[in-house]
Amino acid sequence: MGSTQLPPGTEETLAATTAAAAAPGEPVEMVQLLGPDGTLGSDPVFSDYAKRIDPEKLRVFYTDMARIRRFDQEATALQRQGELALWVPLTGQEAAQIGSAHASQSQDYIFPTYREHGVALVRNVDLAELLKQFRGVSNGGWDPRENNFHLYTLVLAAQTLHAVGYAMGIQRDQKLAAADSTDPKAAVIAYFGDGASSEGDVHESMVFAASYNAPVVFFCQNNHWAISVPTEVQTKVPLANRAKGYGFPGIRVDGNDAIAVHAVTEWALEHAREGRGPVLIEAYTYRVGAHTTADDPTKYRESAEEAAWREKDPLDRLEKYLRTEGLADEAFFDQVKADGDELAKYVRSTTHGLEVPDIRDAFASVYAEQHPLIAEELAWFEEYSAGFESDQEAAN
Amino acid sequence: MATMTIAKAINEGLRASLTNNPKSLLMGEDIGHLGGVYRVTDGLIKEFGDDRVVDTPLAESGIVGTAIGLALRGYSPVCEIQFDGFVYPAFNQITTQLAKIHARSLGKLTVPVVIRIPYGGGIGSIEHHSESPEALFAHTAGLRIISPSNAHDAYWMIQKAIECQDPVIFFEPKRRYWLKGEVDVDNAGLSEDPFKAHVVREGTDATIVAYGPLVPVALAAANAATEDGRSIEVIDLRSISPLDFDTVEASVKKTGRLIVAHEAPTFGGIGGEIAARISERAFLHLEAPVIRVGGFHMPYPVAKVEEDYLPDIDKILEALDRSLSY
Ligand SMILES: Cc1ncc(C[n+]2csc(CCOP(=O)(O)OP(=O)(O)O)c2C)c(N)n1
Repeated sequence: MGSTQLPPGTEETLAATTAAAAAPGEPVEMVQLLGPDGTLGSDPVFSDYAKRIDPEKLRVFYTDMARIRRFDQEATALQRQGELALWVPLTGQEAAQIGSAHASQSQDYIFPTYREHGVALVRNVDLAELLKQFRGVSNGGWDPRENNFHLYTLVLAAQTLHAVGYAMGIQRDQKLAAADSTDPKAAVIAYFGDGASSEGDVHESMVFAASYNAPVVFFCQNNHWAISVPTEVQTKVPLANRAKGYGFPGIRVDGNDAIAVHAVTEWALEHAREGRGPVLIEAYTYRVGAHTTADDPTKYRESAEEAAWREKDPLDRLEKYLRTEGLADEAFFDQVKADGDELAKYVRSTTHGLEVPDIRDAFASVYAEQHPLIAEELAWFEEYSAGFESDQEAAN
Repeated sequence: MATMTIAKAINEGLRASLTNNPKSLLMGEDIGHLGGVYRVTDGLIKEFGDDRVVDTPLAESGIVGTAIGLALRGYSPVCEIQFDGFVYPAFNQITTQLAKIHARSLGKLTVPVVIRIPYGGGIGSIEHHSESPEALFAHTAGLRIISPSNAHDAYWMIQKAIECQDPVIFFEPKRRYWLKGEVDVDNAGLSEDPFKAHVVREGTDATIVAYGPLVPVALAAANAATEDGRSIEVIDLRSISPLDFDTVEASVKKTGRLIVAHEAPTFGGIGGEIAARISERAFLHLEAPVIRVGGFHMPYPVAKVEEDYLPDIDKILEALDRSLSY
């Protein structure tokens, strides 16, 4: 780890992580501030960043985590009732997503994979629009430019390269901008999973990011499973340690600790925005439920493992902290629950109303410019469809 | 009017785009200081700097994937893939991402990326340096595929490709890089729309359709056929997707006979698509079945036997004879 790239003190924090590279399978140190028992510890570097989070912000973290968990339950139910073709649950990963997303600023651009519903919530994406893809009425659903939150990508890791290219674009924009420009500096976050980390595109994206010192934060949610395959099959070293091989900092953070995730991500984004290059964050977390609604985790893992991780639940620990520190009262938690139910109701009712598109819309967006084959096939389709209408008329 | 090789014409076209569009940039392996293995980007890094002419890490998926990100940020990247047979590591980014982003976003996002690929055989090279993978990309909706056959077109078509808001794969006929021709740098003329075919030789007895490296071969075959008293029309397709069937159809309605020639394997190739379309559109005008002249269903053969693999004048003349015998 190049000490010039890290603030003082980080070396010690990460020393154990580095040492673990030599001994795969050994327990690995990670940045943790809020422990499973709900007490706040300290860290030589990141406590300073955690101090920036005021009580109001902590309550927002909690609210968002609870809302997105409630949304997740509702979407799962909608899938079970046949309203969605598939659902990708996030329960267990709320702190990783909400904590990191709140560290981003509106000018930062985010490239998610397909499970980042919590990030979408923080970036103000209408969650009903997010369901369009899973209901089969769209391959996207929202305008990525409105909230600088890109469409979901189903081909694992493809978006990590787009993120680096986008970050290279930000660098060029800064060069092209007038000297007196007051535009805030921007960075990019690329989300991906521990399974995706095995894809070649993640490697290439890290090579490019390092070569051009691109302002990008790689945010890997290590939720321990890629469908049925455990992380140990994807990597022999802690994922965060891989960054070292590319020449930029890598940090493992307790992904169930919203405070630490926020602190680490804020540090990483500042590092990137200030032109000091990429950072890899490995959020160490757990996918508590199934990979998707089509998956059956009982076939490949022990329920004891799930139970052990439930003990580390990200919402429970923040709730404990808020209560023991007197930062939130019963009325707050009642309100959070009511908000969640409200969101679920909204999502349920709007899902039913999501419009099925006309296939003509698909013809319209294959190409940006006129394309004769599209025109020809659309004309054929119109004529073909009109044939049914005139048959209908004849029958009447 | 200036005379230059196809390689130089592309170089000049790139120079013009880099000058006119501050958001355009070139990226690829060895394209900067070396000027590309075929020197197509020669001298551009000196003129525009290494931010505009980027020597990338050796990673094809990385080149195309980061180009997509740059395009999403408002840039117009032009990627060079060093050789045809090395585009496959980028195949995923091209077919699952680049081709689909406009559609997936219902038109809200455009990715005006150009991918330049030197392609085709006839240069006596080793494995993976002589392939014609255009059908693989043409089959993917969302991509545009073009290939110039002469210097004038090369100069203008590369600029039009960069201006186009859709992703364009620009197949450069590498064995013609040194073919000289006149370039009218003031007037695109016929080349105004790079997605339209050109009738490059008029005739009445049969039509030969070709593109890229085979256009000079088709013209030579047509000339040879005049010695037997045949009048052969030749069409330079220029664009493989979209395919300008109107121009081909009009010609077939005049001549009644069609030969399609390309270097790529005949099976599953562009020639089959043209044959099928023309039989649908002009069946009653056809005096003979459409005949395809292309490569065999085998990996591109070793250089010492590529002569037997490549469509040449004799193979096209044989096809003409067969067509005219009906
Ligand atoms: C290129 C590619 N291969 C396979 C798949 C099928 N697939 C979907 S999700 C998944 C596992 C991904 O695991 P991970 O990256 O850890 O992310 P997680 O789903 O656990 O969040 C697989 C194999 C895919 N979407 N893309």
